[in-house]
Amino acid sequence: MNRVLIVAEHADGKLNAAVAKCVACATTIPDAEIRVAVLAADGTDVAAAAAGIQGVSRVLLVKNPANEPALAAVLAPQVAKLSDGAAFVLGPSTTFGKDLMPRVAALVGAPQLSDVMAVESATRFRRPVYAANAIATVEVPAGRQVVATVRVASYQAAPGGGPAPIETVAVDVELPATTRFVSVSAARSDRPDLQTARRVISGGRALGSAENFKVIQSLADRLGAAIGASRAAVDAGYAPNELQVGQTGKIIAPELYFAIGISGAIQHLTGIKDARTIVAVNKDAEAPIFEVADYGLVGDLFTLVPEIEKLL
Amino acid sequence: MRHKHGVDGMRRILVGIKRVIDFNVRVRVRPDGSGVVTEGVKMSANPFDSIALEEALRLRERGEADEVVAVSIGPNESQQQLRDALAMGADRAILVKSDAGLEPPAVARVLLELARRESPRLVLLGKQAIDDDCNQTGQMLAALWDRPQATFASKIEIKGDVARVTREVDAGLETIEVDLPAVCTTDLRLNEPRYIKLPDIMKAKKKPLDVVELSSLGVDAAPLVKVVKFEPPPQRQKGVIVKDAAELVAALKQKGLV
Ligand SMILES: Cc1cc2nc3c(=O)[nH]c(=O)nc-3n(C[C@H](O)[C@H](O)[C@H](O)COP(=O)(O)OP(=O)(O)OC[C@H]3O[C@@H](n4cnc5c(N)ncnc54)[C@H](O)[C@@H]3O)c2cc1C
Ligand SMILES: Nc1ncnc2c1ncn2[C@@H]1O[C@H](COP(=O)(O)O)[C@@H](O)[C@H]1O
Repeated sequence: MNRVLIVAEHADGKLNAAVAKCVACATTIPDAEIRVAVLAADGTDVAAAAAGIQGVSRVLLVKNPANEPALAAVLAPQVAKLSDGAAFVLGPSTTFGKDLMPRVAALVGAPQLSDVMAVESATRFRRPVYAANAIATVEVPAGRQVVATVRVASYQAAPGGGPAPIETVAVDVELPATTRFVSVSAARSDRPDLQTARRVISGGRALGSAENFKVIQSLADRLGAAIGASRAAVDAGYAPNELQVGQTGKIIAPELYFAIGISGAIQHLTGIKDARTIVAVNKDAEAPIFEVADYGLVGDLFTLVPEIEKLL
Repeated sequence: MRHKHGVDGMRRILVGIKRVIDFNVRVRVRPDGSGVVTEGVKMSANPFDSIALEEALRLRERGEADEVVAVSIGPNESQQQLRDALAMGADRAILVKSDAGLEPPAVARVLLELARRESPRLVLLGKQAIDDDCNQTGQMLAALWDRPQATFASKIEIKGDVARVTREVDAGLETIEVDLPAVCTTDLRLNEPRYIKLPDIMKAKKKPLDVVELSSLGVDAAPLVKVVKFEPPPQRQKGVIVKDAAELVAALKQKGLV
């Protein structure tokens, strides 16, 4: 039996969609017995949601006011304690998981595999390196505890419908007070979430201003799509940082991706490799984005995008 | 006892500088799958590490640090990147020489050993090395050092012995406060690194660059993860160029995508 402990990401009483994808990854580990740890202030709803994911055998709920908002330095010692007896400790490759899991790994003395995209056996895994210009097959020593983050774009969420028992557990560890949450500014929008959206419309440097980004918003509204952006567009302040798609932003796998006024730098392409269909609009016929686009449209975005919108 | 201001009263910032394949290079897997092609390939400091160094220099310029020390763990050639760091403005540099590439836990242990020796008030690292794409080292160092971490920083303000850090997270921007000493990792929007000026390159030649053998540090650097092989990623099929918006929309409709 390989016990797998998955750390649940959640906010505002809602389980993050990435958790069901971690479960999907965990079910591909041979002989997996999957547990989900919910560290929260209350966590009742989150635990219930986690218990409903098929493949989960047990949910461990740790209630502590210090657990929200989540701080890696506070969660890590608790996860380390809970991971006792687990062969694998998994978290999503979101900023939450990327922040937390290496801290857990160091506390338990385990190696970490970042962005696991495939499980080949209980000791062999595949992960992207060099901005996904190479895929590495890596092997960990048998019988050694392993911490990993799951590249969520590589997995379909495990289905719901399997009620697992929820066990409230007390974790007796000292929590540091040297890290304090101050605030979070999250853009609230009615738009679909970039990481889980079926359609994404991204804009690049070519948009030229935050004002002009409305062209992107308008098409996104029309298609019920999420909005994304290249690094250049974010750096220039046309779009907020959480919309950056790419090697160092979000890795996404929508059914339909529009790259508008984006050249297609390797770091951007890393983020959209798993998109089913890519559409590119760019005035430069030589732009590298056309190498990967399923449909390319050469011309001025300010003319073409409104035209596309009108035809939909 | 932890020294608040370094062993010698210096308020020190340690900056990690990893030598990696330049971000502009299109990396190729060797035909035998043993690694990626490095012959004749441009090497540079990891871009996030240049951002870390720039931030350390700005903190020193704002009077929040007395000394900036650039550290690299890697082959002898990493001296180039450390010389660049000195030219940018670091006060001194340390190369921990190792021909074998180290995994993040081992790098973290080396940095821990240096942190013990140097007692920095801040260790600034990149959020991720663009070769292994691990995004682990800073968090691991913070855990081993039993100090706070502030990852993916887009703004760092120091007031007294506290750093207020704005972090780029999936939801937007998060602000936390950490007591120093702490580990901070940089995101892209933290700053834009300065260019190196020619006279600075000359000056940098006189700055101290200590080379120490990894084996002399007494750190366990044994690898835990074996890379079995590298493969090129599956290539996407090149698609079609449509002549106008109408043809595009028709194609998308036909495929049921819109
Ligand atoms: C360490 C590191 C990490 C990075 N991480 C990321 C990342 O995660 N995500 C990311 O996106 N980038 C990332 N980058 C940056 C990346 O290398 C590119 O600089 C960036 O993606 C370029 O953005 P862009 O395509 O919007 O801009 P540009 O490359 O400037 O492209 C603009 C495009 O718009 C076209 N255009 C101009 N005007 C019009 C018009 N009117 N109509 C139609 N087309 C027009 C041009 O032909 C051009 O192709 C990273 C870089 C580094 C060094
Ligand atoms: N060999 C190294 N030498 C110096 N710094 C390193 C080294 N490896 C990693 N780092 C630092 O740790 C950061 C994150 O690396 P990684 O965890 O490998 O993605 C890098 O941006 C560097 O600042």
